[in-house]
Amino acid sequence: MDSNGGRVDELLTELQSLKDSKLDIEARISVLEAQLQQIQSNQKPSSDCSSEFGHDLTPDMIYRYSRQLLLPSFGVQGQSNLLKSSILVIGAGGLGSPALLYLAACGVGRLGMVDHDVVELNNLHRQIIHGEAYIGRSKVESAAAACRSINSTIEIMEHREALRTSNALEIVSKYDIVVDATDNAPSRYMISDCCVLLGKPLVSGAALGLEGQLAVYNYNGGPCYRCLFPTPPPTTACQRCSDSGVLGVVPGVIGCLQALEAIKVASLVGEPLSGRMLLFDALSARIRIVKIRGRSSQCEACGENATLTREEFQHFDYEKFTQSPLSAAPLKLKLLTTDSRISSKEYDEVVKNGEAHILIDVRPSHHYKIVSLPKSTNIPLANLEDRLPEISSELKSKGIYVVCRRGNDSQRAVQLLHKKGFTSAKDIVGGLESWAHDVDQRFPTY
Amino acid sequence: MVKIVTLLPAQHLPRFKTCTCYQFYSYLASSKILICIFSLKCSGGLELLCDSVKIHSINVDLPAEEKKLTMKHLLAWVRSNLIKERPEMFMKGDTVRPGVLVLVNDCDWELSGQLDTTLEDKDVIVFISTLHGG
Repeated sequence: MDSNGGRVDELLTELQSLKDSKLDIEARISVLEAQLQQIQSNQKPSSDCSSEFGHDLTPDMIYRYSRQLLLPSFGVQGQSNLLKSSILVIGAGGLGSPALLYLAACGVGRLGMVDHDVVELNNLHRQIIHGEAYIGRSKVESAAAACRSINSTIEIMEHREALRTSNALEIVSKYDIVVDATDNAPSRYMISDCCVLLGKPLVSGAALGLEGQLAVYNYNGGPCYRCLFPTPPPTTACQRCSDSGVLGVVPGVIGCLQALEAIKVASLVGEPLSGRMLLFDALSARIRIVKIRGRSSQCEACGENATLTREEFQHFDYEKFTQSPLSAAPLKLKLLTTDSRISSKEYDEVVKNGEAHILIDVRPSHHYKIVSLPKSTNIPLANLEDRLPEISSELKSKGIYVVCRRGNDSQRAVQLLHKKGFTSAKDIVGGLESWAHDVDQRFPTY
Repeated sequence: MVKIVTLLPAQHLPRFKTCTCYQFYSYLASSKILICIFSLKCSGGLELLCDSVKIHSINVDLPAEEKKLTMKHLLAWVRSNLIKERPEMFMKGDTVRPGVLVLVNDCDWELSGQLDTTLEDKDVIVFISTLHGG
């Protein structure tokens, strides 16, 4: 064990040092590319037009952005400000997809995108920047290609990595405005703190199920995310799209509004949504805009006695702070001893041998309707205790197996069954996902 | 005085066939105090705490010894009259749990005195649970 531990440490150290070098190299590449682009654009004869028309828009730009130039409240000045601005979109998912498309199309001078994830089939219903051809490939690669195909005249920066405390300051410092299009609580706190440290306005959006929220933080003396939410919510109150579901167009609406707010901040046009919050309820078709508190003098990030420094930021554990992971990887509980568990392959043997048993599927009923194993009985975990009396006679005479989607709730259910005296109950490790992976590859996953 | 709780007719309410995931948005509304709960659900989420009902219209009587109804009274009333299960998903101590924004007439209650905010006839109270998804 010790020698293994030593080897793991060694590997981790080497990995970290390689990752650090990779970051340095990537940063150097970005700088060089930016310099090259600068030199090349200076050499273009069109850039000499600035004096010709009294502004710095080239004939091509005038034609491309003409519909925006025609807006009296936006016009040449707004477009010119936009072309000189740089915006970073963190997350190329449901929110980031429309945000990136509109920001590329409208002529943001330099558009950056950060994401470490790859495109999956079950992303496509909402992450409209990605197509089937990019499944299995980097989301950033896919999003950058889509943005370039819409507008090849702007500079597009790809950051194919997860945003972490170790690289956030360096990446964010290269941009004027940040769009938070991430999907988890620790990222939201980390990005807000990073924007406070670097003085960047933050356009923050969120969507889940059939609801969305939008606000601009750290702008013009307005509040930051921590002013509003000094204490993270309990983990049980943080839902993910992969568990709770989301209607594709809902993050689409919020992502579009994020692009709009970022454009307003970048072009210095209009009244950004600072000190206010927009609440979108898709089911009832209601949008409310509410007034929120101003900057809090007690805020740990931006208040009068704020102690947050860059040094501290780099060592702050946001996962521990919010009690939830930065990555989207689902939780893997281990509540039971191995003799109370059975693998999906072993369960397959039980079925094939014709052993008398009852299979309880403890997922919510709307999950059960998507797909289920034959001869399973659906009793959602929340109702299990109440419904025990109606099945107890059957439970006493047969083997009991419990299954769920990934093998977490099934363990909770088995714990409950053991407590109620059904000590032979076992759960299927890894749930239906492992069944689909190890036993029946045609069994649908979701 | 008699305490009356009137829920809006079922056809006026959003339908939620199941529970676990949905945010809810509850308008506790009617003649006297309108309360609206607009939130993110959780596994066994906030909407479940109120029988999946988003919109409630309620009349709250002033505690006998008090002259004004405050948010503190209202929260205590909601906890004992509307929240059916897992009160910890809605409250912590005598206030709302972290991650819940309270709006009195579309305005953050931080601006009106939090628990000491005085409520009047036809006020609209909204509870929003912050979203993190994307």
